[in-house]
Amino acid sequence: MKRAIVVRYGEVFLKGENRGFFLSKLEQNLRRAVAPCGGRVERLHTRYLVRADDPAGALLSASRVFGVTSVSPAILCEPDLTAIGDAAVACARETADRRGNVSFKIETRRSDKRFPFPSLEISRLVGGRVFTEVGLPVDVHQPALTIGIEVGREATFVYGDTVAGPGGLPVTTAGPVLLLLSGGIDSPVAGWLMQKRGCEVSAIYFHSFPYTGDRTKEKVKDLARLLAGWQGRLRLRVVHFTDIQKALREAGPAELAVVLYRRMMMRIASHAARLDGALALVTGENLGQVASQTLENIATIEEAAALPVLRPLLTYDKSETTALARRIGTFEVSALPYEDCCSLFVPEHPELRARVEVAAAIEARLPIAQWAREAAEASEIIELLDAGLPAAPALV
Amino acid sequence: MRDIYLDNGATTRLCAEARDALLRYSLADFANPSSAHRAGIAASRGLREARETMAAALHCEPGEVVFCSGGTEADGLAVIGAARAARGKHVLASAVEHPAVLGALKVLEADGYACDLVPVTREGLCDPEAVAAAVRDDTAVVSVMHANNEIGTLCDVREIGRAVRKKNPRALLHVDAVQSFGKIPVSVRDLEVDLLSLSAHKLHGPKGTGALYVRKGVRLQPMWGGGGQERGMRPGTENVAGICAMAAAVAVAVRDLAEAEPRMARLRDRLVARVQEAVVDARVIGHPQRRAPHNACLGFSGVMSEVLLHMLEERGVTVSAGAACASRDHTASHVLRAIALHDDIGVIRVTLSRETTEDEIEAAAGAICDCVRALRT
Repeated sequence: MKRAIVVRYGEVFLKGENRGFFLSKLEQNLRRAVAPCGGRVERLHTRYLVRADDPAGALLSASRVFGVTSVSPAILCEPDLTAIGDAAVACARETADRRGNVSFKIETRRSDKRFPFPSLEISRLVGGRVFTEVGLPVDVHQPALTIGIEVGREATFVYGDTVAGPGGLPVTTAGPVLLLLSGGIDSPVAGWLMQKRGCEVSAIYFHSFPYTGDRTKEKVKDLARLLAGWQGRLRLRVVHFTDIQKALREAGPAELAVVLYRRMMMRIASHAARLDGALALVTGENLGQVASQTLENIATIEEAAALPVLRPLLTYDKSETTALARRIGTFEVSALPYEDCCSLFVPEHPELRARVEVAAAIEARLPIAQWAREAAEASEIIELLDAGLPAAPALV
Repeated sequence: MRDIYLDNGATTRLCAEARDALLRYSLADFANPSSAHRAGIAASRGLREARETMAAALHCEPGEVVFCSGGTEADGLAVIGAARAARGKHVLASAVEHPAVLGALKVLEADGYACDLVPVTREGLCDPEAVAAAVRDDTAVVSVMHANNEIGTLCDVREIGRAVRKKNPRALLHVDAVQSFGKIPVSVRDLEVDLLSLSAHKLHGPKGTGALYVRKGVRLQPMWGGGGQERGMRPGTENVAGICAMAAAVAVAVRDLAEAEPRMARLRDRLVARVQEAVVDARVIGHPQRRAPHNACLGFSGVMSEVLLHMLEERGVTVSAGAACASRDHTASHVLRAIALHDDIGVIRVTLSRETTEDEIEAAAGAICDCVRALRT
């Protein structure tokens, strides 16, 4: 029997005149995602059909394309009742082998109205065959397995299990952003959430060797590679931050160090964003997660940025961020020990309400604009490709 | 400058003799030593010779050597296997044991055994009388480390064993000799031990191979069942290539020991002296004299050990942060806590091998002095 994958997309962006734009981006992303598995994408009415040399791999890849709401492995068949019934029986058998004798129902969509039986009739006839030949009990209200049948002009197919996609909007529909990536739990999640809104993410990491070891840099690369898996490839810039950090630390009181470091990161990231054409900066910052994440500090830090600073995790509880990190597969990497350069040379009780004037007065004595430009320009560029380590998809 | 590798306590470079054995028993005499054919016999001959080499090095019978996957497995098999085979339900170890032994105690605790740790002195020494005082009537196993992996302190194994047996003759003595074997003479006869663990990759052999000495008459409960290899104590097809490579490395280590031991100690002492001359308040962690010849464990107040490690690596000098003491979020290792080291001291562990040269030690000493001074300004 011929196999394929049915790919469904959300309908939020189907309205209005942008429909064609969104769909062409989605199709492009889908093609790219399934290409390594030998996948060929066919556009059906309101769905895509992917035929692939490696159907299991293509299923996984397609389930990680933003804009996709769900995917199902399907059996292709001829548009006649016997062939459809055979496929449904095969599909039910496969499920029964895996999950036992679960209850089922059949749902049919007949978009090809030339087909001689109406949808309900198809469901009834095929359901009868599954019941007698496989022995699964019928439950039309809360079935454990819904067998879908679609009879269309271009193709006819039958599917059982469904894997959830990430939803959201296709990457590249919303413009590029630059993510400030550390080795922690939050920033990769922040980047993923922006990808989900259609942004293509590149990343910047501030490395303070020898105060942070190269193991931390490797960890950040691993995280960037995981994010690349959701958009194909990703550019990571590594900024060598040690000397600047030392100079900032010496220029002002220790309590202000974190704010001064972060203001400098905003400046460097703003320069780097311009070099790469990014339209906004993204951070994993949160309100109140640690004591110094106050609105006053956030405002003082943002004042140094030349671009909008987006904080998708601002309102998340730590447990919500962690749960999402687990779902998208970054948690295990983030949970490894790492050294955060912001904690360097910093007293136990940092400033909670830093004021722009105070920070700016300290910075005025240093050639910060020149440092920021040079640090961005001298940053090491690492192009990362999909790690091919997707999070296990959840069956729905 | 060529990189200077001074982390031989973590692992060592494979020596040529071990490489040759590894290749020979992987490519030519690769058969299963249990097979009846000639190829199998060739492999079993290699295995037998390796066992004899190990026995000669340890001063024991070939039948008392059990091959396994390395130090952690040897420690676990010794402590857990001996405790499970014994009647007593009490196990004793020093507070500065390797995680392999401490982990074995956790396994036993979960099985209902009582486990106690004996404190050590500020030099990391384990007092025989203190150990004996902790021995009970139902003590099955006492486990102590010959040379400590972090701070290098050598423990008086024989005196501990004698004190233990005086209190309870049924208690078995296990010694973790992973850091000492091949660096100083390790004779199970002289040390009077019942069980002794060692690992190949600490002495220029391959990773994934080790051995446990099991004195004749000592019973061990194996960790798993199988085809009866290693007298049933460690079933599974023998890692012939790894075992023969280990034996080749051991033969070299034993042959060169008389020359290598004093030379490493001399170079180590020179490194310590250079650093102490140039750096204010640089101290040796562990015992000043009773220590493994290849280990220099140095403490510097007000310095973060990992930062020093990274600065040294930038200068081409590879050492290890003896433990994450005086560092940001990390807490001091159990060994440094056991010797009550002050929290503000950053510790690096410099470990030599017989390949370490005088030039390397001079360069490393210079780099350590420079980096510590830079960090303190």
